[in-house]
Amino acid sequence: MKTTAELLATGDVMTVNFGPNHPSTHGVLRLVVDLYGEDVTGLEAVVGYLHTGFEKNMEQKTWWKCITYPERIDYVSFQNNEYVFVAAVEKLLELPVPPKATWMRTLLCELNRIHSHLVWLGTSALELGAISMFWYAFRERDLILDLFELVTGYRMHTRYFQVGGLAEDIPRGFYPEARKFCEWMPKAVDDYETLLTRNKIWLERTEGIGLLSAPDAIALGQSGPVLRASGVEWDLRRVEPYLAYHQVDFDVPVFPEGDVYARYRVHMQEMRESVRIVEQCLDRLENMEGDPWISDDRKVVLPPRHELHTSMESLIHHFKIVTEGFRVPEGEVYVAIESPRGELGCYICSEGGPKPWRVKFRAPSFVALEATATMMQDALIADMIAIVGSLDTVMGEVDR
Amino acid sequence: MHEPWWITIPKAFLVINVVMVFFAFTTWFERKLLGRMQNRYGPNRAGPKGLLVPIADLLKLIRKEAFAPSAAKQPLYIIAPVVSMFTALLAFSVLPFGAGWTVGGKYIQGEVANLPISLILIFALGSIGIYGFIVGGWASQSKYSMLGAMRTCAQLVSYEVSLALSVLGVVLMGQSLSLTDIVAKQQTTLWFFIPQAVGLVVFLIGGTAETSRAPFDLPEGDTEIVAGYHTEYSGMRWGLFQAAEYVNLLTLSGLCVTLFFDGYHFPWVHSLDKFGPVWFTLKLFILVGLFIWLRASQPRLRYDQLMRFGWKVLLPVATVNALVTAFLVVLIK
Repeated sequence: MKTTAELLATGDVMTVNFGPNHPSTHGVLRLVVDLYGEDVTGLEAVVGYLHTGFEKNMEQKTWWKCITYPERIDYVSFQNNEYVFVAAVEKLLELPVPPKATWMRTLLCELNRIHSHLVWLGTSALELGAISMFWYAFRERDLILDLFELVTGYRMHTRYFQVGGLAEDIPRGFYPEARKFCEWMPKAVDDYETLLTRNKIWLERTEGIGLLSAPDAIALGQSGPVLRASGVEWDLRRVEPYLAYHQVDFDVPVFPEGDVYARYRVHMQEMRESVRIVEQCLDRLENMEGDPWISDDRKVVLPPRHELHTSMESLIHHFKIVTEGFRVPEGEVYVAIESPRGELGCYICSEGGPKPWRVKFRAPSFVALEATATMMQDALIADMIAIVGSLDTVMGEVDR
Repeated sequence: MHEPWWITIPKAFLVINVVMVFFAFTTWFERKLLGRMQNRYGPNRAGPKGLLVPIADLLKLIRKEAFAPSAAKQPLYIIAPVVSMFTALLAFSVLPFGAGWTVGGKYIQGEVANLPISLILIFALGSIGIYGFIVGGWASQSKYSMLGAMRTCAQLVSYEVSLALSVLGVVLMGQSLSLTDIVAKQQTTLWFFIPQAVGLVVFLIGGTAETSRAPFDLPEGDTEIVAGYHTEYSGMRWGLFQAAEYVNLLTLSGLCVTLFFDGYHFPWVHSLDKFGPVWFTLKLFILVGLFIWLRASQPRLRYDQLMRFGWKVLLPVATVNALVTAFLVVLIK
């Protein structure tokens, strides 16, 4: 977005640097903004401050060590990122995954979606001055992190998904705790909505701000909540079901307005829907006690620990996988899932060795940022903050 | 009933110090209350219940290196926070906090200075205090400070009009511009927040804007323009700005108590009036709590919405309220 020459000629246009260090840049986004008074007349987004070369790094690591990288790319939706990579490898390997693992993955991905939306809600409400929302959202986020800790031993970057299934069996105490959470969460969302949804100031600040029409959204390659808030019903969980999504019952919230408020509503509704999905996953999982949680393919999956003392063959497999890593047949594959931010794609290319030849992610945050200028019509500084916040970008994912 | 000068000067010294202590503990009160409303503890490490946090803050701020941007316009940059702080403290001098006492045959007034036009003085000092914010923002020669200063200028100037008009009803009913007289009048009639409910609402909203507190904290909307006019200030200079803001909040709450809630009087029981300062402080902090509550629950308004609300809603309401009051006062007479 460029300032017109006419305005520049007045000499009243001030160029301000928002970021890379600024209270509301969601990390290190830099916006070079032309201001005419409080009006935003020109805008340029500069990205790349958080580039860490994840994709290149992954080429140096064996397939199973790579799994830790995608979670760190988008540090808010770690499990979804973890899953997309594991799913891509499994697709190349043509490895079947036991149903218990599939259901547990679905459950964790949905919990992770709630987690991500909570972080979004907390931070973007904070940016609009609703400071308390941050603590309320993080209270529930902590409950989710407790669940993750219970299952995986880690609160973030859990690395629980293994090629072929899960790294460990689901601990016994998990189901009742998850049930408790499912009961609590809808009430918490009600609480948030009482504070914001009909709040006059919140409506003033979000309604009709950052408009993005459906054709524009599609032309700009938007996905996820941004696209659905523009009235396009497109959710990969529905149109291209993966994991167990074709077996669970859930609605895809769509709002036609295309403004910041619609994006807020989409996020809130999705949290409720995710709780529904988690409940359905729990129903299934509770009847799967004792089922295998990982595939039995000894060329890819580590053999059970107790076999190492008695079976020579198991010991050799264990040694080969740990030292050299398993091999993935030659080929390339693209897998896309619906991450909390939209279409998250993972392209991997293998030459048949124990390490990937190329890994590339399609980051929904990066694509969402491309719509910033389109939405920034007739915006004031405060609107700019609201708009950038509503896109729910994670700079780690944008810059990779 | 005149107060000798050798009582007035120590009393002024005492009041100024009490106000400073109030300011310090308002910051503690705000953090504690905000913390409680946000599901956390707030300060609880320094001293019992974190009560020593303001002292720790003060020590930290004083010991901090005070550096200034090299482009800053020098004398103005230093003077600005001083002006704000000075006017903020000065305004408190006309607020009556007690009915007056006679100790050993000497009369002690219930305020530092009893002026016949004390209400006007408060508004006048408020207007001068704004200069501190504007000049400070401008003299910093930073873009964020500039934006903040412009916002402060527009917001404070436009809301001052509504604020002044909102108390006009009280002035008409109290038939005086002296705060002492207005309190005395409420004593004989009734607390003015009942007949002047509209005025009170306008006053509270205007007051929130005037002290730039949420949801009208645009001059320092930290997620938009970093810290507004005091972006380039650090150490005790920043502390002075902050102190000025809190003292303004206290003055405004005190003014509200005086104008609408019968100042230092205890309801019904007149024998308790000699403890005036206690009731005054209690009422004042209940109001401060209200401001904090507002901050915890409301998002921030946008600049143009703020302006529209100030000029198109608040000002007409305040004007109509003043006119209707004037009409009724004449009619009843």
